[in-house]
Parts: sequence; C-alpha cells; structure tokens
Amino acid sequence: MLWACILLPQLAMDGVLRQRDAADSPLALLAGPPQRRVLQAVNGAARSLGLKPGQSLIAAQALTRNFATAEYDPATIERWRRFLAAWAYGYSAQVSLHYPRCLLLEVHSSLGLFGPWPRFEARLREELTALGFRHRITLAPNPAAARILANAHDGLGVTDATALRQALEALPVERLGLPREVATAFARMGLRHLRQLLALPRDSLARRFPAEVLAHLDTLLGHRPLALDFYQPPDVFDERLELNFDVESHQALLFPLRRLTADLAAYLAGRDSGVQRFTLYLEHRKQADSQLPIGLLAAEREPAVLFELTRGRLEHLQLPAPVQALRLVARELPAFAPEHRQLFDERPQQALPWEQLRERLRARLGDDAVQGLRARADHRPEHAWQPGEQASGEPLPPCGPRPGWLLAEPQPLREASLRLLAGPERIESGWWDGSDVRRDYYRVETRAGQRGWAFRTLGSEGPLLLHGWFA
Amino acid sequence: MLDAILPGGGWPESALSELLVAATGIGELRLLWPTLARLTVAGERVVLVAPPHRPYPQAWLAAGVDLRRLVIVQAEGRDALWAAEQCLRSGSCAAVLCWPRQADDRALRRLQIAAETGQALGFAYRPLREAANPSPAALRLAIEAQPAQLRVIKCRGGLAPARPLPADAWQ
Repeated sequence: MLWACILLPQLAMDGVLRQRDAADSPLALLAGPPQRRVLQAVNGAARSLGLKPGQSLIAAQALTRNFATAEYDPATIERWRRFLAAWAYGYSAQVSLHYPRCLLLEVHSSLGLFGPWPRFEARLREELTALGFRHRITLAPNPAAARILANAHDGLGVTDATALRQALEALPVERLGLPREVATAFARMGLRHLRQLLALPRDSLARRFPAEVLAHLDTLLGHRPLALDFYQPPDVFDERLELNFDVESHQALLFPLRRLTADLAAYLAGRDSGVQRFTLYLEHRKQADSQLPIGLLAAEREPAVLFELTRGRLEHLQLPAPVQALRLVARELPAFAPEHRQLFDERPQQALPWEQLRERLRARLGDDAVQGLRARADHRPEHAWQPGEQASGEPLPPCGPRPGWLLAEPQPLREASLRLLAGPERIESGWWDGSDVRRDYYRVETRAGQRGWAFRTLGSEGPLLLHGWFA
Repeated sequence: MLDAILPGGGWPESALSELLVAATGIGELRLLWPTLARLTVAGERVVLVAPPHRPYPQAWLAAGVDLRRLVIVQAEGRDALWAAEQCLRSGSCAAVLCWPRQADDRALRRLQIAAETGQALGFAYRPLREAANPSPAALRLAIEAQPAQLRVIKCRGGLAPARPLPADAWQ
C-alpha cells in the first residue's frame, strides 16, 4: 500500500480567501474573546506589513490599519476539510481525516487509473490549486510516515521500506510528532535526529519513556499498523457562502456562484454521481430567503454547464433585497452516465451535446419550452397529439389523410369560392369523456390555392370551420 | 425531382435554405418531409423552432418521420431566432426549421454562419414578399400557389434554373 498525505498548512486562511475576489489584499483571521482579540492567521500580504500570528489585534492595529479581518472559525475549517475529503474520494476509496489539517489517501490501488505517481501527483496539485488550497504532498508506504514526512518535505515520494528508513532517519527529533516533553527530553540527551534515536537499544527506550513513544516509532517504520477511520461521503451537498458585503446586482453574484457550482462539480466527481435537481438560496437580512430551484432533465456534473444553467436562471430572478449569503443544496444525486458517443462521429469537434443544448434552451425559454411530439390513439384531432416522447410500437388506428398543421382553434372559413376536394369523413368519438365530437371533415381548396381541412358539426349550419392545413 | 434541379444535387449541406411561401397550406411541408424522414430514421435530430401551428403527429408519421427524433421548441420573437441559432450551431441537430417573423439580413447571416459551424441543415420559412430583399441564404426557393410551382431564386454555386418546377413534380 502507498499512502499520500496532503497537508493543508493554511486551511483556515484558504477557506476564507477563496470566497473573496481580492485574494492579494492583506487579511488576518481573528480569534479569542472580544476583550483580547488575537491574530490567528495572516496571509502573505499581511505578513509583509509586519503582522504575525499570535499578535494581539491592538498591537497589529498600532502597526497598520490597512488590513481586512475575518473570524477564525473552527467549524468552517472542519467543513472545508470534509469538502476536500469528498474531493479526494474521487481518487481513492480510502480517504482518512485521521490527522488534523491533512488528508490521507491510499493511492496504490489508484495508480492504475491515474497513471504513475508523478503524473497523479501533478493532477492532485493542479486541482487543489484550482480549488484555492495551499498544500504539501508526500508519499510513503504507511500513513503515519507520509504524515511525518510532510512536516519537513513537499513532493517527496518514498515507495519502499529501505528508502523510507533513510528519509525518516534524517528527520530532526522535534518534527517526529512525538509529545513535546518527550521531544525536549531527547534534545537534552543530545539526540537530534531519528537516526541516533534508532541506534539506542530498544529496551532502554522502553524503560525510560512511555510506551507510546516506541509504538509511534514502530508505526512510522511500518512495523505496526495504524488504525484509520475512513471517510464516507455524505449524501447531501450543502454549502453556504457568506458574502463580504450586501450584493444587489446579479453581476456581483456571479463570482461566488461560480465557486459554489465548481465545488458542487468537484463533490459530484468525487462521488461519481451527477445532479438532477438543486436549489440555490439567496439569503437576505430581514426577509425569507429567495429560492431558485433548478431542475435538469438528465444528470449533469460539468462545472461549466452547472454554472451556465444557474446563471441563466438567476438572471431572470428579481432580487427583492440585497443578498448576504448564497447557499446551494443538492439532495438528489443520481448516478452519472456519461453520454454515449459513437467512435466515428461525423459531428463537428466543438459540438455541444444535445443534453446541454436542451438545458440551455430550457434555462432561457422556460422549463416546458422543449417538447417532443406524441401521437395518441384517438380520432379526435384535438386529442390526437400530446407533448412527450413517442413510445415505439404504439399501435395507432388507421386514419384518412391528415393535414401537417393542426390549428389550435378552428377558424370559420368565410370564403364563397371554396372547392371541396374530398369528403365528408365523419369523425364521431369521445362520448365517454364528455368532450364528444360529431363532425364531417372535408378537404377544401381556397381560391388562393391553399389546401385546408375543415369540418362542420353534425346538425349545425353556418360556415365550415378550418382545422388544419395540408402544408 | 427537386434534387435534380439543385446544383448540389439536393439541399445545400451546412447552410441555410430559405423557403419563401405565398400562403400556408400549399405544400411547403411536403417539400421537406422526405428529407426529415430520411434524417430521423437515420437517428438524427430534427428541431422545429416556434412552428406556426401544431404538427399533426399522424400526418408526420404517415410521411415517414420518426417522431422520437423530432423536437419542438416554443419561443417567441428574438428568443426564437436565438434558439434556432443555438440549435444550428450546436452540432447535435441535423436539421432546424424556423419561421422567423422579422428577420433582417443580420439575423439570417447569423443563422447561415451557425448552420456552417454546426454542419446542420437550416430551413427558414418566410413570406414570399421577402423574395425582393437580398438574403445571405445559400438557397432561396419561392413556393407559389397560383400557378402551383416552385422557383429557384438563388442557389449558391450554380445558376438558378430559369424554368419553374410545377407543383405536381414534388407533391
């Protein structure tokens, strides 16, 4: 087994930064009681202003006032960690959140699918960067070693026990993840590297230090397995994005919306499912949330498609009040079947698949704008059709020639010089459902040469009623 | 029969054809049905964008059109032009029929380019009086009722035949 450790050194900061469009402006995360606010994390721009984690807010404000602040929220961090676990689940069936601020992935079984490790690693890095998370990645034959190597390395890949031992032996003692007092004790004994530690006799170590120390070292070297809880993806996608200020225009909602739909797509790819129905909530200060339900005819998970669709619907929505936060909830996550394509398809390269085209049309024209046509086994012209897909092999009663166009409402034909071409054909039906018809239909030709299909109800006088065109 | 008089031996591929119709009900659908039947039976998709009336399914079935491959898009005004252009451009529709009300030269040019991009057959039904105005369509046919005949007004890549085609040749 091979384990990759993805260490997220700035999880809290990245989680806040990715919601802001100005990622380069100074930002500090604050924690602590209101009387004593402390800078918990700062980004690069803030650090170059002289701000440091651990500083009190008052001290920081004495230095400069040109920085923004946000709350350091452990719950948010946990949410991002779970989100990334859902993302990583797309690459490995064994994802663990055993250690804080990091993901463990079993990758040996995934190499066949995602290529040799360097290519796989590059792909992970690329996606993490696109998602907006700083990261360090290491690879080792056991999860504990991968985690510890990530303390000192980034991009190190170790695949066998000998190389692992070499890599670990060079590590300083205080980076081994040992309890602080134990690490200090080792340092005072003059033991600076793991190599020196391992050279000591085992029994003396066991006598002088708690049993966890030996156990930890054995786990690192792979002599002892580490019990891990594996991550199970949730069945509901629910993500909320708080906006920095009240947003009144659609345009300003597009950036956070793109983030949300991209996150949804990443989550869906991780589960290998698609989404058929989801709801966007726009939260206002004093009113109930505006809801924007979005339904698709088929499961979808392309980020661009999800974004375009939601954007199309959003532009039709009247905002009753400024928006403070966006929330996207998806509950129905059916299996995603990629579109069936023929190998030698003659269609142009940049073709838009029909499913996407259909969703685009529905988004702009309305949910019912795109329809199929179905023939029904009914002699009454009004009931001979319905929207929907034609079932194959549905028996239809034989009928005489019918016009290509059917008029929605019959219109009186007030022309004197009508020529009757054929007829009458009696249609008498529908007595069972109350809307029965008893009509004689004729094929007629107008003076202008148009061929129509017209009828007169039995027992009534007056002009023929035009019901269709033989177009 | 119609194929024989067109220079490409049929409807111009990846292009817009304009059908200028004197009135409704003079065989303007029958002209296209064989093509639509061939495409739908081959599994290709045909889209009607904002048709003026309801297609009578039994008649279309009798003409050999596979209704499972027929899609009707309801739209109005500019939206209809937009929808037709999207369908033509997408490459996932083999033929797109539309009935633009107020289509200027620019709108038709967009449809023509979209048909080229998506390699689709585009058909625009317009009133016969538009025949006087120039158009970027690759083929322009006038369907007249009295006498019932078909005239080629313009066809790209060849001279338009001088003689009209009598109606009974295609009906």
